Amino acid sequence: MNVELTLPSRKDEDYRYSDIEALRGVWPILPEAIDLADGEEGSLQIVETDAAPVARRLAITLGRNAKFDLRVLTAGPAYGRIAIDVRLEEGADFTFGAAQLATGRETLEIVTEVTHAGLDATSAQIVRTALAGHSTGTYLGRIAVERGADGTDAEQSVRAMLLDRTATANARPELEIYADDVKAAHGCAVGELDANGLFYLTSRGLTPAQAKRLMLQAFIAEAFTGAPGEAELSAAAIARLEAIL
Amino acid sequence: MTMLKIENLQATVADKPILKGLSLTINPGEIHAIMGPNGAGKSTLGYTLGGRPGYEVTGGSVDFAGVDLLGLEPHERAAAGLFLGFQYPVEIPGVSFVQFLREAANAQRTGRGEEPLSGGEFLKLAREKAGLLRMDMDMLKRPVNVGFSGGEKKRAEMVQMGILDPKLAILDETDSGLDIDALRICGEGINAIMRRPDKAVLLITHYQRLLDYVKPDFVHVLAGGRIVKTGGPDLALRLEEEGYEAVVQETAA
Repeated sequence: MNVELTLPSRKDEDYRYSDIEALRGVWPILPEAIDLADGEEGSLQIVETDAAPVARRLAITLGRNAKFDLRVLTAGPAYGRIAIDVRLEEGADFTFGAAQLATGRETLEIVTEVTHAGLDATSAQIVRTALAGHSTGTYLGRIAVERGADGTDAEQSVRAMLLDRTATANARPELEIYADDVKAAHGCAVGELDANGLFYLTSRGLTPAQAKRLMLQAFIAEAFTGAPGEAELSAAAIARLEAIL
Repeated sequence: MTMLKIENLQATVADKPILKGLSLTINPGEIHAIMGPNGAGKSTLGYTLGGRPGYEVTGGSVDFAGVDLLGLEPHERAAAGLFLGFQYPVEIPGVSFVQFLREAANAQRTGRGEEPLSGGEFLKLAREKAGLLRMDMDMLKRPVNVGFSGGEKKRAEMVQMGILDPKLAILDETDSGLDIDALRICGEGINAIMRRPDKAVLLITHYQRLLDYVKPDFVHVLAGGRIVKTGGPDLALRLEEEGYEAVVQETAA
């Protein structure tokens, strides 16, 4: 596995929206390898809630019929980058749920590259981002289906919520498909909290902050549904939401 | 003390004047119905009193039990005892009724300096009020209004009203979208929850049929952003028979 030694610039597509100055402080990023053998199952939960900049790169390989469940919550770092490369062999299954919550001038990004290398592998990615203040949240997600990887089912659902008009959301979903029989459902949306919903909730007595928190809690929950550590992830997310609203 | 005193209320929506000097007084123990043709400003009145963003008050005053209602945020109006029943209750995916209503009830209680309800106390209250409206408790564990039929949404509004226990309920076309049985259940629910000497109701409706179940003390006709005629329950019957146009024109003449 290669370690990139030269600090990238924003001309590099994968670092297009990064906070390069913050990245300099944590560079180089040492890849963390996760290899699941044929038939193996595993899960991992990454929760980054400290304020210090953090950049991680996971290189995951899933053998035949291996199953991996990865959940990420980035809620606190001034700069937070989580990059994930996954390679799926025949029949492997990858579940990815991530939430990014930012405020101030924080910059958070999730970069995924999911490669379907064998037949009938499945992957599902859900990324939810909520951004307040002048923060920036990015998702760069590439799905590559190699020649012969028929029966691939790759889902990608990406949504970002802007809590202030001064926040920025970037999303770049990419599909590169070289097989014939492939299902690749993907959705990508950037929006604001529904004003009708907010009025409805406040008309019942919730303060505006409580109403927003409740709606965002539901929005983020989609990324953690079914996770082994769902309760812990939700609690950490709610704590951060209360701080940024 | 009067419950609600609206004086010469003027309001615009997207800079268009809708309410043009509306006055209305409601005392505790009274049920008032506001009827009127489409576009008269009925829903605007409800939303303006509820404090919905985009409904701008350009003149007049509203006193709610001694408080300047227009100076309050929507959640403060709720804590002061105002309940707005929506014509189109909003769906909120991912948020359960139980969670939302418990937070709402406790936010109101905190706002009034009262102790919050425990989980058990809240569920007992919710079960009792759901029973009044013949609604299964399991429905309240579902996301707010998601997948509910029109009738279920309206019954859920009444359950919310029961739980939140307001002083004044403004019910915007609670009867629309209801079948005959649901109409009766909602009407009986309104009576059970709100027909008290210390509470009052403002029913906004197009039709007389809800008034068969919830007998109003006063019926007002709203047209062109003003109340143009006030009478007793018989006025609703006359409107049903003769139509708004005839009654409104008679007033103008």
